[in-house]
This record gives sequence, C-alpha cells and structure tokens, in this order.
Amino acid sequence: MAGTIPWERVRKAGHTLTTPLDPDDYLRFLNPLWTARELRGRVEKVIPETEDAATLVIRPGWGWRYRHRPGQYVGIGIQVDGKFQWRSYSVSSEPRRRGRTIAITVRAMPEGKLSSHLVNGLEPGTILRLALPEGDFTLPDPPPPRMLFLVAGSGVTPVMSMLRTLDRRGSLSGDEAPDVVMHYSSPTPDRMIFREELEALAEKHDRLTLHQLHTDTDGMLELEHPEKGLDGICPDWRERETWACGPGPMLDAISEHFEKEGLEDQLHLERFQLKLGDQGGEGGTITFRNSGKSIEVDGATTVLEAGEEAGVGMPYGCRMGICHTCTLTLVEGTVRDLRSGDEFGQPNEPVQTCVTAAVGDCTLDI
Amino acid sequence: MAIADVKEYTHLSEEEVEQIGRELDAIRQEIEESRGAADAAYINRLIKIQRGLATAGRVTMLAGTWGGRFAPKVEKPALVAGATFLGLAKILENMEIGHNVMHGQWDWMNDPEIHSSNWEWDTAQPAEQWKHSHNYIHHQFTNVLGHDNDIGYGILRMAREQKWHPYYLGQPVYNAMLATLFQWGVALHDLDLERIRKGEKDPKEMKRQLKQIFRKGRNQVLKDYVVYPALSGPRWKQVAVANATANLSRNLWSYVIIFCGHFPDGAMHFTEEELEDETRSEWYLRQILGAANFKGGPLLHIMSGNLGFQIEHHLFPDLPSNRYAEISVKVRALCDKYDIPYTTGPLHQQYGQALRTIIKLSVPNSWTSSNDPAPPERSDTANEPSRDRRRKSDAERQPRRAELGAWTRSPRERSHD
Repeated sequence: MAGTIPWERVRKAGHTLTTPLDPDDYLRFLNPLWTARELRGRVEKVIPETEDAATLVIRPGWGWRYRHRPGQYVGIGIQVDGKFQWRSYSVSSEPRRRGRTIAITVRAMPEGKLSSHLVNGLEPGTILRLALPEGDFTLPDPPPPRMLFLVAGSGVTPVMSMLRTLDRRGSLSGDEAPDVVMHYSSPTPDRMIFREELEALAEKHDRLTLHQLHTDTDGMLELEHPEKGLDGICPDWRERETWACGPGPMLDAISEHFEKEGLEDQLHLERFQLKLGDQGGEGGTITFRNSGKSIEVDGATTVLEAGEEAGVGMPYGCRMGICHTCTLTLVEGTVRDLRSGDEFGQPNEPVQTCVTAAVGDCTLDI
Repeated sequence: MAIADVKEYTHLSEEEVEQIGRELDAIRQEIEESRGAADAAYINRLIKIQRGLATAGRVTMLAGTWGGRFAPKVEKPALVAGATFLGLAKILENMEIGHNVMHGQWDWMNDPEIHSSNWEWDTAQPAEQWKHSHNYIHHQFTNVLGHDNDIGYGILRMAREQKWHPYYLGQPVYNAMLATLFQWGVALHDLDLERIRKGEKDPKEMKRQLKQIFRKGRNQVLKDYVVYPALSGPRWKQVAVANATANLSRNLWSYVIIFCGHFPDGAMHFTEEELEDETRSEWYLRQILGAANFKGGPLLHIMSGNLGFQIEHHLFPDLPSNRYAEISVKVRALCDKYDIPYTTGPLHQQYGQALRTIIKLSVPNSWTSSNDPAPPERSDTANEPSRDRRRKSDAERQPRRAELGAWTRSPRERSHD
C-alpha cells in the first residue's frame, strides 16, 4: 500500500529518470490515483441521504493515511469551470486502519455552488483533490464518562463519525460505557441526515439518548429556556463534555451561553479553522485598499480572518494553504507564512491569505 | 536610437495615452473574466501530450538499442524517432508550458500542480532564478538600457547605444556559441556575470545561486547523459548522442524564438529617463514599442510558446498563452487607431534582422548604418554622450510593478529579501 518505505525509495530512484518532475507526474496518466504530488480521490459511490444531502464514498489515491480521528474534517477540491474550488467537510465514516475508502456527507446549500455540485452533479468515477484530515473537534480515547452533542443540520457528520466509532469499539454498551446525550435540530424529519441510523443506535444502546427537534414546527432550540432549553433536555449538561456543530449563529449562541456559565473549557466547537504553527507574525494594521477598510490584528490572526472580521468579502477555499483560492496581491508591507515562517515582502506579490499573518502594517489589494 | 519618452516618441497626448491604457485594461479584464474550462482543458491536454512525447522518446530509444541486437536495422530509425520525440517534448515543456506556467498564466486554476510557485522546468536554469531575471527584470524593464539584462545577455552588443569594444569583433562567434549552448547560457543569466566581474555582486548570494545551478544542472546532465544511456547497456553512446541532439535542437529553436522577441529592427530601446514616473499606460506603450511579433500558423505558435505574440505577452505576461492570438487582433486594431508602430513579420525575416544587427554591431557604429525605423523629428538622447549604463542591482531598480501579473516567487528566493 502507499506510503511504505520501500515505495518511497523507488520513487526517489525514479526521480533521476523524470527530473525535474516526479515519477508521479507521469504515472497519473496511467491511473489518476497513482500520484502523491497532490492527494487525489475517486468518487466510488454517491448515496442520497435526504432530498438535498448525499454521502460521497471516496477512494483516496497514493499518499493518503487512513488515520483520521473521529470528528476530523478533510478538504475536498473539485474543478468547476477550470478552477479548483475547495471546501472542508467532516468525515462521516469511522476511521479504519485498513480502510480503502472514506465517506463525507454534504448538504447542498442554497447559495453554495460547490455543495450543490457535490450533491447533484458528481458522477461516480470523478477524480477530486483531497487534503489530509485536520481539526481538533475530535473524540478523545478513552471517551469522557458523560457527553453531550449539540448538532444541527449537516453538523451531524463529525458526530456521526464519533458515534460509529464508539459503536464499533463496543464502547456504547456495558457498565463502563459513557453516558451520551445527543440533541439534533433539523427543519423536518425528512431533512434529518442519518435519522434512521441514529434512531437504531439509540434503540440499541441504553446509554445513548437522542433528542430530535424539528424546527419548522417546534421552533429553534432556546438554550436558556427552563423546559425547552438545555436545562430541560439535559439537566446535568454542566457536568458534561460538550461537542457542538452546526450553523455559525448556533455556535455563537452556544459559546456565549457556556461562557456565561463559565464552562467554556468543556465546550468543543467545529468551525473548520486550521490551527497553525507558532511562527506568528508581529501583527499590525492591515489595510484593504479597494474596500477602504482596515483592522488592527495580532501576529496569530491570518490575513483572511482579519479581512473577514473587517467585513471585507475575502475569497477563500481550503483555508489550509493548499488551493491558492484566497490569494491576494500584497501591495505594501510584509506577511509571514504561519506554517513555514517564510516572509513575503515584495510589492505587488501574491500571498495566500489563509496561512499568512501580518509582520507590521500591510496593505492588500481588495 | 533610444527613446527617452514614449509619449513624445509616439506624438500622443497625455489623454490619448491614458485612453490606450484603459482600452488595454479592458482587454485584460475581458480575458480574465472569460477564463474557464476550455482554457484549463488546453493546458492539461498540452501537458499530457508533452509527457507522452517525452515518454515515447525515451522508450523508443531504449527499445531501439535493445531491439537492435536482434534486428540491427531498427536501431537507427528508432534513435532518430526517439530523439525527435524528446526534442519536441523539451521544446514544448520549455516554451509553451514551463515559461508560461512560471509567469503565473495558469495560477487562476488554483491547481498546485500547474502553478508558478513550484513549477520546475526541464532545463538547467533553476525556476527561481528564471522568475527573477525574466519575470521581473526583463518584463518590467523591457529594453531599458542598463536595466534590462536581456539586451544582449551581457555577451552580445545589441543596441547602438552600448559602447563598442574590440571584444565585440568576435560577436558572430559568441552568437553561434550562445545558440548551441543556449540552455547553459540561460542557466548563468541571473548570476549576472558582468556584475560578478566588477566585484559588485554579493558573494553570499552568488554562492547560493551557483549551488542551485550546480544541483539542477547536475540532475539534468545525469538524466540525459548517464542514467538513460546506462539503461541502454552497451549502446550507451548512441543514446547519449541522441539525447544531446534533442537538447541541441531545443537550444537552437528556443534561441531563434527568443532572439525574434526584441532584436528585430522595429523593437526600440529606451533610456533610463523613460522609467521616471512611468504610468501604467506608458508602461504598456513601452511594451508595444519594445517587442516584436512574428507570423505563423497555430502549430508554430504552440511550438514557440506563443512568443510570436511577444507584444501581447509583454502587455499581459500572466494571461493564458492560448488567448494571445485573439488578444493580438484587438491590440493590432488599437495600434492602427493611434498610429503606434506594431512590429511583425515572418519568422525568417525577424530572425534575419536580429542576425544582421548582431553582425553590424560587432564593429563600431560609424562603419554601419542604423536599421532603426526613421526617428521622428525631435532631438533625441541617442546622440548625447553615453551616460552611466552599467548594470543595476535590484536595490537600484524600482520594485515589482502590478502590471507584471501574479506569479509567485519560489520560497528560497523570498527568504533572501
């Protein structure tokens, strides 16, 4: 299988024949998965989950490692109109050491060109680009004794991966099993991804309690409501490790609620933000020339985050420095790549905003 | 005759020059907005063809040398065919793929495998040094005396303003050597031998660049002259010769194409004064006046990296090369409208003019007549005494302009800012 030591040696030897390219650059014409230059995957199956959501079963190519932790997300890049577009999606399949495929579950967003394409436009056999699993929104091993999952919509996917892992390991039954409460909001029962599988799991395991909330008829979850809120659903929520995944406003409300109670250490949120190295910049004032906006930031905030905070319509893709979708022209100043510590300081140089931070004041052309 | 002010030279008013700039910006915008799946398919198909040709070349040679032991008649045709495929592959890679990818022409696809930040081409010159000497120095300071090191590459005297020296008597010979060993000439280009000779080059930077060139050159030589010949066993010599032939034909071809870009008669030179307060529109005008196209069919243009559209390439270095043909129709119309000279001609004529200049300028100016187009009626700087035209270091040059487009420098170059 890919990634073993002898194979690396063969590739290195092959490089003398293909220099300055890699053997992969030729082999990929024989089989698109035979390259580790950029990670690729082939769509094996598209399984409809609900009317607007589907699970993609993907067979990764060379260089992939099946060691994702339950709850992590992967980057998916597909070429639309000649241009690679990237988004991150939680892996819904459980990690298997000897796996051959991974699964992600995608909901087509009304505004999301890419998600609609993934749900409705992908034929099995399509080759796409992948980025290795990332993210801290994961299940610890062993799991804590009491857990609470708060999910809404397609936010169920990372939690599904966690529950499947717990189920497979047999950790959901028996006296040692953790006590799990899951609250799942969705507009209607039909739009609920994995509803049947979750109901079956709850049936099978006494210690898994599933709350379903259908927001079209019953309204949104009101966190502070004495009966319909957290205190009603799960009176001991203050003693639980909590994982929340869903739309941004919901996560904001939850984190505010936990902060008010001083319990933010027990809360895990999935915001698809990459944790970057400690190669921080110095910070400074970032000016966005065309929109006339500016913002003062510290050296750990990426230019992309700064722009979003300042209200600039920043382009972005993978948010992990692979796809170059977020690239903007640096008119003035210096930024540092948070991964490598490399600095970009030439006037009119393109920079990847999702992995760079300001070193002093700088100006970008947007 | 060198131009000190493009506006004055073209007899255009400031308003007209600005209008030309706006019209060129509109052409750029139109292409940027229409880049799409067809363009992506073009470059991907070309890369596939190029790698197929390279593989076919290597395999044909190996099959020919080993098969020749049983059927001696097949060896020679196989070697000829293999060398041809390999030569074509190298030409395509260097001209239409490598050169253009490194300009950032395909960065818009967001494909890290076809991106200016990490493309490494099949020639001895490291990509990082090429992007500095070519994308920045040559494209920004196009044909400005003392700033653009591509005026004669520090070896030849290609402008009448360059001072004559008996060394230049040997120019036809240097020219032939440069054509033959073009790959290695290009490899040393960014080192700037002239500044090294004068002791003006930072020794640390020089050492770093030399190491880079050595490593890249070594790998290239090993591949073509050691590894593949060795795979052919006893017939190693034949394969080495075939590979050398492929490299030589690539050298000669790229030399001819590149010499047609700025050395035919209509391509003008500029003095340093032009650079002062040069606006975006004036920069555009300088690119038109300083470059020369050549005519030909689609195949010729692909094999020459679309550098037959040198004018369009200089106006928009980072727009995809497959679009230069359609851009050229609009640029030509614009030039006609404003009476701006637009230099073009058949390939043999353009190269013939470049060669004539090489030969003429090997002797002092007074022995020959100028082939420059008739200068407009105005006093010009060419008759003034020669001023300081020694080569500039980056510190003495203006920083990178936005007009050059969006190529990404290599990480190692950035760390040496």
